[in-house]
Amino acid sequence: MTGLNLTSPHVTGRTSVRWVMGWVLLALVPGWIVLIVSFSLGYAINMVLALLTALIAEALLLAWRGRPVMFFLKDLSALVTAALLALALPPLAPWWLTVLGTMIAIVFAKQLFGGLGNNPFNPAMVAYALLLVSLPLYMTTRWASPDFSLPIADTLAIIFAGQTPVDGATGATPLDVYKLDISRLTSAEVLQSPIFGSWVAEGWDVANLAFLAGGGLLLWKRIITWHIPVSFLAGLGIMALLFSGDADVRTPIDLHLFAGATMLGAFFIATDPVSAATSNRGKLVYGAGIGVLIYLIRTWGNYPDAVAFAVLLMNFAAPLIDHYTRPRVYGHDKSVKGFKND
Amino acid sequence: MTAQAVIVTDKVFSLKGGIHPDERKTLSNTTPITEVPLPSVLVLPLTMHLGAPADPVVSVGSTVRKGDVLATAVGGISAAVHAPTSGRICAIEDRVIAHESGLPAPCILLEADGEDDWRNRNGLPNWREQPIDDLIQRLRDCGVVGQGGAGFPTDVKYRNKHKPITTLLINAAECEPYITADDRLMRERADEVLQGAVIAKHLLAANTIRLGIEDNKPQALAAMREAADRLGIDLRINVVPTKYPSGGERQLIQLVTGQEVPRGGLPSDLGIVCQNVGTLASIYRAIVFDEPLISRVTTVTGEAVDAPGNYEVRIGTPIETVLNQAGVHLKKADRVIMGGPMMGFAIPDITAPLMKTTNCLLVPTRKELPRPMPDNPCIRCGLCEQACPVNLLPQQLFWASKHRDLDAAELHSINDCIECGACAYVCPSRIPLVQYYRYAKGELRNEQEEQIKSERARARFEARQARLEKERLEKEARRKARAKAAAEARAAKAENGSGEPDAQDDAIKAAMARAKAKKAGAAQNTAELSREDLEKALELAATKVKKANERLVVAEQESPDMVPALRKALTKLEEKHRTAQAALDNAAHGEPTRTDAKKETDS
Repeated sequence: MTGLNLTSPHVTGRTSVRWVMGWVLLALVPGWIVLIVSFSLGYAINMVLALLTALIAEALLLAWRGRPVMFFLKDLSALVTAALLALALPPLAPWWLTVLGTMIAIVFAKQLFGGLGNNPFNPAMVAYALLLVSLPLYMTTRWASPDFSLPIADTLAIIFAGQTPVDGATGATPLDVYKLDISRLTSAEVLQSPIFGSWVAEGWDVANLAFLAGGGLLLWKRIITWHIPVSFLAGLGIMALLFSGDADVRTPIDLHLFAGATMLGAFFIATDPVSAATSNRGKLVYGAGIGVLIYLIRTWGNYPDAVAFAVLLMNFAAPLIDHYTRPRVYGHDKSVKGFKND
Repeated sequence: MTAQAVIVTDKVFSLKGGIHPDERKTLSNTTPITEVPLPSVLVLPLTMHLGAPADPVVSVGSTVRKGDVLATAVGGISAAVHAPTSGRICAIEDRVIAHESGLPAPCILLEADGEDDWRNRNGLPNWREQPIDDLIQRLRDCGVVGQGGAGFPTDVKYRNKHKPITTLLINAAECEPYITADDRLMRERADEVLQGAVIAKHLLAANTIRLGIEDNKPQALAAMREAADRLGIDLRINVVPTKYPSGGERQLIQLVTGQEVPRGGLPSDLGIVCQNVGTLASIYRAIVFDEPLISRVTTVTGEAVDAPGNYEVRIGTPIETVLNQAGVHLKKADRVIMGGPMMGFAIPDITAPLMKTTNCLLVPTRKELPRPMPDNPCIRCGLCEQACPVNLLPQQLFWASKHRDLDAAELHSINDCIECGACAYVCPSRIPLVQYYRYAKGELRNEQEEQIKSERARARFEARQARLEKERLEKEARRKARAKAAAEARAAKAENGSGEPDAQDDAIKAAMARAKAKKAGAAQNTAELSREDLEKALELAATKVKKANERLVVAEQESPDMVPALRKALTKLEEKHRTAQAALDNAAHGEPTRTDAKKETDS
């Protein structure tokens, strides 16, 4: 008998890309539900739009590139990109914004770079940043107000029929509001606004906790390691402690951590492995860099939330970080750093 | 060894990474070791070890007794091959052996006579009284090699004394799934293993025997403890957590001592020699009973086997025979793996013989170990990095290997990869990572060999250039010397005003001097001299014409492209010959011309 000539290892684990992506999608669900309940059904509509667009765009591009369509669709990676974008976009933006953003993410940021595993930048964040720069009006004013209950028919009309939201239904995000108002008001006065609610920021705080829980699930399943989220939150937190000591001058730490896209960014966006640094030490540098940049952009930049830009900037730096953070190999005196061997 | 044994359990250090594959050990570790009956023909490869192939010392047709040497070790790292039973050598030829390459290799074929008749043995129960070197030589003479997998000749470990050895580490981790040969051996023959360890400790002049064993073998550990206690052998025990690849030599050392074997170094750099339990038992049998390594315990397991378990098998038994003994269903399997599922390889042909290094034959059903699925792209998830026990960045190595970027692969220390397969095991994209690394390592080796070759070629070229330059300079020096001599002769002639040339000057210089002298207007009556010279010149011209003719004839047959040039040369020479003739005729009439002077200069 002549058997198959296979080399070792003959046994593999039970994980797959589909398994990884599936768990990421599952871990996003709690936060997603909180957003729908606290703010608007728009998050659900956005999600459906983004997922459908992503599947169609991915399938078309794969077919056009001559790749096996079903094989790659089944890995669910396009759905993760779409889901992240849908959670990041304002819920009452017109439908075409979501569709356009998803297409940018899948077509330009992912498939044109070579598909799964080859994109240097986080596709969802590329799309988000592009939309934010190109269509700032829709991206900053179409956030649903937490206390305003908008009928479903109106929600649909706003998203699909181009109806202008009534006064009070939409507005800016708490981070935006705080940053704008603190220049002329005291912290106590700013926090009078109903959007800050009873704790940190109505709706946002619970959503952040839900994303934190989802992140915990990914950590528990060992799909992500602690390095990026912890250094991300530490970077942002330490910057806030250093420079936001006076809440009457700058946005305080609790808003930084629980009012924006911070937890979603720390556990789901920054941890996108394709575009992040790879070694454990590299991940620490990468995550901390994002945290620090978020604070810098939020405080001294023009954008109230800065996860997308911070992530993209650190995406640029990831290959360099990798070269200088290699671990010390067994038996070596020190790690090999930089581009040259000894 | 009557004193009370001191048996201590030490703390264990941590090992980075590692994986927890299904152990599947209970398939094979519940039944005692049984013997596989002697086959009719044994096939003994000359290379069952790491190092130079053994050199046959028997010829076809000769009869041998059990334990006789069939082939001796050659050079520093090599191992002898012995007759596993008595019989007749029926062939020495290339046979398929169990090797990844599937290539046949030279083997000695032994037809068993069924007597199983031992050669005379000279056991050394009082080995402590023997010189150390004699004992080490006996290990070499008995063909003892490491039985954990690599087959490193055991005697070499004891000869290598560049550092003092403090610790003999018994590698009883047996971390590969499925394999239980060491487990059963310790349960059933703990005495042999421990006494082997005592001999090894003696040979190394070490002061400690350590046992590194995974916590999934409590019965084996108990047996070893009991035997050590009974035999009065001091033992330090490290029970390491069950985690693959804790049984890798370097990984076990890290677990046991917290130290790392330095890059490019050996365990002996830390004062440690590591031996597998099976090897220690062989050492004991070799020294005390003068029994060479002619059989071993092999695990036969997998769901396609009826009676999985451990078998005592003579080296050289066809794998097919062993599998049949265990009741194999080859129809259910698509491969037979030698070694474990993590680092073993699918053997190309089951008629190949069992070797000294065969610790396991695994016949999984198709469902048990399915064929690999098509791989997805790498998503850089980094699970491989968390699993790597030597702290490499497997995914970076993958990108480098895939794109044949050998510099990058080296930069990421690819040669420190132990090919344990932990990265490929955890990879969600199912990328056959280890194969990429093997490819890159092979390419690096090739490149280094190429570099050595081109280095040699460069040296050769430079030597040739230097030689040519030297020759040119010597030629130049000779030419200058000649010119100088000619000038001196000329000067001398001008001073003397006479036509008496220096006897030792060759014709050319003399002629040149004469021609110059003539040009200077020193009109002499040189008729008689010239005549002699002219006759010589004529003769020379005639010879040249003759030779040129011969060359032309040859060239017409062999190298036609040379013919026109040679024809031209011949015409010229004939012309010269004619002028020489004319000059001589003129000289005969007492009228020397300028032509003859010119002619002689040319010749």
